[in-house]
Amino acid sequence: MAYLTDRKRAQGLGSAKSGTKHFWEQRLSAIALALLTPLFLFPLAYTLGDSYEGVRTAYAHPVNAIIGVAFFITAFLHFFQGVQVVIEDYVHGRWGLVLIISTRLLSALFALIGAFAILKIAFTG
Amino acid sequence: MADVERGNRPLSPHLDIYKLPLNAVVSILHRATGVAIGCVTMLIALWFLGAAWSEPVFNAIDWFVTSWLGWLILLAGAASLWFHFFNGLRHLIWDTGAWFGQKRVARSAMNTIIFAGLATLVTLIVAIAW
Repeated sequence: MAYLTDRKRAQGLGSAKSGTKHFWEQRLSAIALALLTPLFLFPLAYTLGDSYEGVRTAYAHPVNAIIGVAFFITAFLHFFQGVQVVIEDYVHGRWGLVLIISTRLLSALFALIGAFAILKIAFTG
Repeated sequence: MADVERGNRPLSPHLDIYKLPLNAVVSILHRATGVAIGCVTMLIALWFLGAAWSEPVFNAIDWFVTSWLGWLILLAGAASLWFHFFNGLRHLIWDTGAWFGQKRVARSAMNTIIFAGLATLVTLIVAIAW
């Protein structure tokens, strides 16, 4: 660290101290979802209304399972990234921080629920 | 002259009589639909959890998901998803520096709504017809 000048340490990072990382990561998850959303949604719409066995058979298929796991993880990552920006715009101070932490935990929980459920179906179905 | 009678005229900035441009409505809807999709996707995750858990648990969650209220939530979710999808593509194109300018922005806002409507219709057909 001693070899960096003060200017070099601050350059490009801005007040959030993370530069354009959040913005860039959000675009990446958006591009991933632009591909994953149609691949996930149409088979899901097709499967909805089916029986327990029918749903398990559909998502035991490797293609559906891989798309499903990728979708849940990417969707809840993108959800958190977006909601964080909304909270930062409208809620300030302590409550903003509480909401951001809660949203992050909730997003992680549901990414795990979706991914685990599909993997379990895929491995045991 | 500061305390002169000004009558009962509306106060600036006239928010209650100001017609928001279509682009402003679309912009706000992008955030609203984003939050809505997250909530519907949580319901879908629970539905998959039921399918991974056991038949009785699946049947309980599936009963709600395929009830009239469930279908209504899913239809609103699909419409929100497609709106957010096409408006998201619009944002990605803006990020490259293209499609700016008043007329171009107004046209793509309208196209977002049209494409979202069509894609929702196709999704509904896929869900019902098969």
